[in-house]
Amino acid sequence: MKQIRIHGRGGQGSVTMASMLAKAAFETGKESQGFPSFGVERLGAPIEAFVRIDNKKITDRSQVYNPDIVIVQDSSLLKLVDVEKGLKEGGMIIVNSSEGPGDLDLETDAEIVTVNATDIAMKHLGRPIMNTALCGAFAKATGLVDRESMARVIKETFEGEIGEKNVKAMSEAYEVC
Amino acid sequence: MKKMLAGYDAVAEAVKACDPDVIPAYPITPQTDIVERISEMIADGELTSEYVRVDSEFNAASTAIGASAAGARIFTATCSQGLKLMSEPIFSASGMRLPLVLGIANRSLSAPLSIWGDHTDTFAERDGGMIQFYAEDVQEAMDNIALAYRVAEDKDILLPALSCLDGFILTHVQEKVDTFTQREMKEFLPERDPVHTLDPSNPTTMGAYARPEHWTETRYEVQRAVKRSKDKIGEAVEEFADVFGREYGLEHNGLLETYRTEDADVIIVALGSVCGTIRYVIDEYREKGEKVGLVKPRVYRPFPAEELNKVLGDAEAIAVMEKDVSLGYQGGLAIDLKSALYSNGSRIPVLNYIVGLAGRDVTKDVIKKVVEETKEMRGKDPSDIGLEEEERWEPLREELLPGDKDD
Repeated sequence: MKQIRIHGRGGQGSVTMASMLAKAAFETGKESQGFPSFGVERLGAPIEAFVRIDNKKITDRSQVYNPDIVIVQDSSLLKLVDVEKGLKEGGMIIVNSSEGPGDLDLETDAEIVTVNATDIAMKHLGRPIMNTALCGAFAKATGLVDRESMARVIKETFEGEIGEKNVKAMSEAYEVC
Repeated sequence: MKKMLAGYDAVAEAVKACDPDVIPAYPITPQTDIVERISEMIADGELTSEYVRVDSEFNAASTAIGASAAGARIFTATCSQGLKLMSEPIFSASGMRLPLVLGIANRSLSAPLSIWGDHTDTFAERDGGMIQFYAEDVQEAMDNIALAYRVAEDKDILLPALSCLDGFILTHVQEKVDTFTQREMKEFLPERDPVHTLDPSNPTTMGAYARPEHWTETRYEVQRAVKRSKDKIGEAVEEFADVFGREYGLEHNGLLETYRTEDADVIIVALGSVCGTIRYVIDEYREKGEKVGLVKPRVYRPFPAEELNKVLGDAEAIAVMEKDVSLGYQGGLAIDLKSALYSNGSRIPVLNYIVGLAGRDVTKDVIKKVVEETKEMRGKDPSDIGLEEEERWEPLREELLPGDKDD
């Protein structure tokens, strides 16, 4: 089983992202579970959301303490939150940042993947809603969900033209990662 | 059709398939998403129920009772203090033998206020003549809605039924479920066929008044109906399996399920979503060759005393892990279980663990600690536990306690 923890800020759509990744895993033919940190959410406050992906039915209802993969939606969180907490050995951290993996304020043995998801979102959506771009980076870097499934889920989540634009953002992040 | 749904969406889908006539709704976290989703379905024309926006849970339950008395199929949802406000009228519903189905997104009771989940809200309704189903996952929460209608509206039962799912843990998780089709549901759940209805052309009075020479018998009849619902639940899960292909403890009248209990010497008894996590821990012990199993009651009332005796009889030690405590004694499930076992001549020691109150995470480490302590009880007698140490709170943060006033 692969466990994923998403760090974001209230309003950045961490819960939507968890939901999209869980759905894309299901579309990819896997079992999955997506859930928020069940907190009281405020705009801008650091929040977490979780995804579990496995090849067999997932019944674990405890919180995620030892993620395989951490996604950081907002690099300003690196100073505030211990994003590496409990990360498994050989784990991966995917960060939305304009900097390269070596330039981040992270001392870790984990593999770091960076993607400028905010820039990609601004290009395709005109707004810094970088979830779908990060979904593309996740698909490419982990291989846990396939690109076609991710695109299908994004189109279901955001209808019409906005969906198409989000798929483009996801695809560009997938290409550059 | 298989799809990914949040727990609240899944419950709303199940309600839609059951097609209630009247849905009084009042919001409370984390239930609100259920009735919000239903209101969307009605606004979009997917569901034609009369949706009544009421001013309190008291009014929601009262509206539900009035509409049920008129012969309507009812749904409403609530939790926590909202259920307490419904409690006053709902006790009347069982006395009047009016079927209702309530979705309960289990949440702790104030004070202190908490939006997170445990079973204290529904356990406090234990004595009200309501059937109580508990779900381990979202699929079971959906399926229990259909089973609740089937049993509650049965002419031999006619009672309120609570379909409980753990607040947030199940209401707000996205997972794979198999949805119902209208065709399947029509086969499983016939239209409600009420025995007595409020009808101006044939006036009747319901639940008005009974003198001491009559009241006891009405309560006795409610008691018989709740007990009778065991067999009806058994029939319902069998037919459910035929129609939908999903099985819920067929060999135990649908009242409980077992996991790796065949030869188990240590068995955990628990309700609801925590059973999913317990399964992982049991698998770990089994890989080491240790005989640990799980018994999951699906129904708390009626209490499956006979079925529990059958599946627990060969255990050497039992741990009840529950998200409830009957303040002044122990956890409700443990109290009832010990009564059921010891009335039947069993001398299996039962440890009672109070866990997961108000959303405190029940981790695998907590479950392992419970198993380790329960292993120590093998070969002992219940009297070795004694009356002094009544229950274990796991974990209890001693540093937050104000200190022992007796010191």
